Amino acid sequence: METITLTIDNKKVDVPRGTTILKAARQLGIDIPTLCYMELHDMNIENRPAGCRICVTEVQGRRNLAPACATKCEDGMVVKTHTTRVLNARRTVMEFILSDHPKDCLICPKSGNCELQSMAHKLGIREIPGAEIAAMSTYRKDTSPSIIRDLDKCIMCRRCEMMCNDVQTVGALSAVNRGFMAAVAPAFEQNLEHSPCTYCGQCVAVCPTGALTEVDHTPEVLRVLADPTKTVVVQTAPAVRAALGEEFGMKPGTLVTGKMVTALRALGFDYVFDTDFAADLTIMEEGTELLDRLNRYLKGDKTARLPILTSCCPGWVNFFEYYFPDLKEVPSTAKSPQQMFGAIAKSYFAEKIKVNRKDLVVVSIMPCLAKKYECQRDEFSVDGNRDVDFSISTRELAAFIKQANLDLNNLEEGEFDAPLGESTGAGVIFGTTGGVIEAAVRTAYEIHTGKKLDRIDFTELRGLEGVRQAAIDFDGLEVRIGIAHGLGNARKLLNDVREGKSQFHAIEVMACPGGCIGGGGQPLHHGNSEIIKARAAAIYEEDRKKPLRKSHENPFIIKLYEEFLGKPNSEKAHHLLHTKYFEKKKKIIVKQ
Amino acid sequence: MTKKKIQIIVCGGTGCSDKNSNAVAESLTIEIEANALENDVKVVRSGCFGLCNLGPVVRVMPDDVVYIGVKPSDAQEIIDEHIMKGRVVERLLFTDALTGKKLRSAQEMSGYRKQMRIVLRNCGIIDPENIEEAIAHDAYEALARVLTTMTPDEVIKIVKDSGLRGRGGGGFPTGLKWEIARKNKADEKYVVCNADEGDPGAFMDRSVLEGDPHAVLEAMAICGYCIEASKGLIYIRAEYPLAVARLKTAIAQAKEYGLLGENIMNTGFSFDIEIRYGAGAFVCGEETALIHSMEGLRGEPTVKPPFPAEAGFRGKPTNVNNVETFACISPIILKGAEWFSSIGTEKSKGTKVFALAGKINNVGLIEVPMGTTLREVIFEIGGGIRNGKKFKAAQTGGPSGGCLTEKHLDTPIDFDNLVAAGSMMGSGGLIVMDEDDCMVSVAKFFLDFTVEESCGKCAPCRIGNKRLHELLEHITKGKGVPADLDRLRNMCLVIKDTSLCGLGQSSPNPVLSTLENFKDEYEAHVTAKKCPAGKCRDLMEYFIIAENCVGCTACARVCPVNAITGERKEPHVINPEICIKCGACKEKCKFDAIIIK
Repeated sequence: METITLTIDNKKVDVPRGTTILKAARQLGIDIPTLCYMELHDMNIENRPAGCRICVTEVQGRRNLAPACATKCEDGMVVKTHTTRVLNARRTVMEFILSDHPKDCLICPKSGNCELQSMAHKLGIREIPGAEIAAMSTYRKDTSPSIIRDLDKCIMCRRCEMMCNDVQTVGALSAVNRGFMAAVAPAFEQNLEHSPCTYCGQCVAVCPTGALTEVDHTPEVLRVLADPTKTVVVQTAPAVRAALGEEFGMKPGTLVTGKMVTALRALGFDYVFDTDFAADLTIMEEGTELLDRLNRYLKGDKTARLPILTSCCPGWVNFFEYYFPDLKEVPSTAKSPQQMFGAIAKSYFAEKIKVNRKDLVVVSIMPCLAKKYECQRDEFSVDGNRDVDFSISTRELAAFIKQANLDLNNLEEGEFDAPLGESTGAGVIFGTTGGVIEAAVRTAYEIHTGKKLDRIDFTELRGLEGVRQAAIDFDGLEVRIGIAHGLGNARKLLNDVREGKSQFHAIEVMACPGGCIGGGGQPLHHGNSEIIKARAAAIYEEDRKKPLRKSHENPFIIKLYEEFLGKPNSEKAHHLLHTKYFEKKKKIIVKQ
Repeated sequence: MTKKKIQIIVCGGTGCSDKNSNAVAESLTIEIEANALENDVKVVRSGCFGLCNLGPVVRVMPDDVVYIGVKPSDAQEIIDEHIMKGRVVERLLFTDALTGKKLRSAQEMSGYRKQMRIVLRNCGIIDPENIEEAIAHDAYEALARVLTTMTPDEVIKIVKDSGLRGRGGGGFPTGLKWEIARKNKADEKYVVCNADEGDPGAFMDRSVLEGDPHAVLEAMAICGYCIEASKGLIYIRAEYPLAVARLKTAIAQAKEYGLLGENIMNTGFSFDIEIRYGAGAFVCGEETALIHSMEGLRGEPTVKPPFPAEAGFRGKPTNVNNVETFACISPIILKGAEWFSSIGTEKSKGTKVFALAGKINNVGLIEVPMGTTLREVIFEIGGGIRNGKKFKAAQTGGPSGGCLTEKHLDTPIDFDNLVAAGSMMGSGGLIVMDEDDCMVSVAKFFLDFTVEESCGKCAPCRIGNKRLHELLEHITKGKGVPADLDRLRNMCLVIKDTSLCGLGQSSPNPVLSTLENFKDEYEAHVTAKKCPAGKCRDLMEYFIIAENCVGCTACARVCPVNAITGERKEPHVINPEICIKCGACKEKCKFDAIIIK
């Protein structure tokens, strides 16, 4: 690639042609402030509408200021990033933005983690001139099962729109209205509930302000913990332990499994269990289903639908129910680990500890916002009593721990309770893209071939490439596997399935870029994809350290089948651990 | 198509339509039928004649007699007298204000004589729905010459040498634009005609499309030949139904005649044109926003580069020119670059169409050589300020242009001089203001529009313009303080400096230019809390001059809030605390005793 030379703040820098001023400046260690700009480098995700105009710079010979994020360097260009003209413009524009933003930082869910707040601080804004006559753009607040939209706080960075449309191809959010009233919303400013929203939460994950946040369920959880008549059980998803530490200042990728267990116990949960246990159970059910379909297919059974699609991810389930209802018989019928856990906890475990299911409360800690919606689905409750009562995100848990005067850094390492706290490495890797299918392969291979795997790490299934494929040799039978993370990538594979062109036997889909580690409920990455990579590494590290790394070797899973379920895909297993899917229709509600 | 001997052309421009020229055309048709003249006489609806304040305008061809202020009831007389008996209806002719002479044709009018009609050459002359008339007026001759005798590079050279600059507002050299689009190689390229025309009050593009659509189609084909595009798109606002209908007719006829479509004139060159509709957003006149709108996306701009010439419609190289720019192409090809570049100023060649509006005697559409002074436009062609008032300012360039003053009257109007004077050419709107206009209110008025029309994508335009508007509102209410003027100026400069597209980069112009040229007026608002023009209601004070007041009590009786007190036959007094400034008292007073301070 051709290299060009330019000068930024009197320093020369060589960059490849096509580099933006922003990146060239960063190469020199000059950190031009940005607000709307966001990049997840390793996933080819970039948002640069050049709308906030905070990153403006002075380019010699140019009439007006140039946004560093979207202006490409030219040979011989002379750029100044902090002239008085630039600083005055940046401050004035920031004052504009703040003049149309609520000042209720005290009670804003994003307080302390808000990019707008940080920018105001960085630029030293202490007052907003003309605030007394400045009208604010206000909107109706919208609460859905997972996500709250408070557009008064929207700064039109368009990150959510980019994630929803370009990355996820969900198309729930787009810019509406013009001028001062412009904001990002579902079509016709409907509620999110009446849009194709999958609750994947990627909009929340990238929102720089408090415009998009999760529905906070910690007050309800606190109430049940305070209720002596309730036995409260908690399950923690694999991706949570790889990210929770970030909220307490730990390096991204720090595993806090033991400390998290101690914190949960200290918060008053009666039993601290692991969703990984249910992940192992999922593998038993889904792996068996895969082998069953595969065997039937190989025997020429035309009713055997291949490829089988994973069904652990509730955002993904919502996506295909909305966009691919014609394919709703294709995914595995296995419930997600969260719901399998809930079903087992409120049957097998409740019986074991002799507690009525109505007095047993199941709380899940999830890296995900779609899980909030999933646990509220009608089919996942018995007589109005949900299998999983509340789902709270990693962020909510962190806040909850802080409220209890606990500092995760100083906590002892605890151990999960038995029996639903035991898991294998296979359950752990559910938290990252490629992990579910790798876990399934480990078990399916051994069941299908009757042989022991010599090599447990299927590195060919790992990575951050949006769509990946691999062929695994099942002792002479080549099993072709496809993997997609991000719903836009999933759509590509699904289109092939719909057209009958898919070459795969099994496809793993996770709605969020990176998988659950990049979920909508995780600590905010603020556009640093290194954080997501570090979390993935942590997950694989936890897997490596586990004595047992294949789901079917989990002794408590074996016991569960012996004592309660019979065998995988048995009638009882079907009743408790499998589900079906529904066509989601467009519901356009006339505006109130 | 049988040719009619006589055509009665009824102006279908905005002004005349507003004055019900439709009904005039209908009445004329009825009269023609009543007299069984339909084989000889045809009523034609044309584009704007440019005599908007004289409408409805009717022109009888080939006699070239112009009737003004025609009412439907005049139809019978026109048919009976002029058509049947060959006698001109004197009472409907234009009377020259100076000589008192009745003038028969537009060419005799002084306002018209100063003009030079290149863009509008056929408007109001040909039947726009009849391609043969256009061809008789040289349409497609330039295309034929280009396709059969010239290489694309030769054509581009002529356009470059002519000095033609984009008439949409930016003034970018057209030939250069074509050259860039030509150099960018791609399997598919597009020629786009920007007919969005969002400036309120500007209607030259519409007039060209309604009056001479083939001028645009031909030029688009020539451009297609030059940049190697086979598809043309006209982006036109859906509020222009007549222009759309005429374009459709013209496209169909051109195809029928082999002047568009496959293998044009057997030269192997193919070029097709489609129409795309806009919903009337001002920002969609910006070329990247226009392209997004055509692609079905939200009409908002993106950062340039990439320019449309590199990555435009569907990511392909796209050349976007405005209607008026295209309308200049054929004459340039036919008459040569030298002819065109001999007209105008050093850096702005050819003519420019202006839509004259405001406090001026002759409002309407005019076309003058670049370099014509504001004085000539306003006082000669425009006939001066209405009601003998004093000229105060002229706003050029649409809602985001600046206000020019007395000191600019003798500046030759061209792209660069207007920018230097703090305004811009824009699409050619020209609004004249007189001594009664408050310049703070004028600035606020224009901002009203830009605040509404901002797409909302970038913060300075979305929020900054709103804040400007609020502060102007504050000042016109008498609540401003001197420091506000500095803040106003700073906000203007930052919005211009940081906005993403031309809308925000120019929207503060009305404020900045009035702040510059009428500083005293702003200061009066924030210090003395007075509006010198007496326009700002909150700053008015109704006052009774005791010497003039006879104590008739009429004012006190008419006052709706009982703000006026006084003994009969004694001078009355208005209590400013109670007064709501409705003006009823002033209207009622027969003794000129009530004034506004």
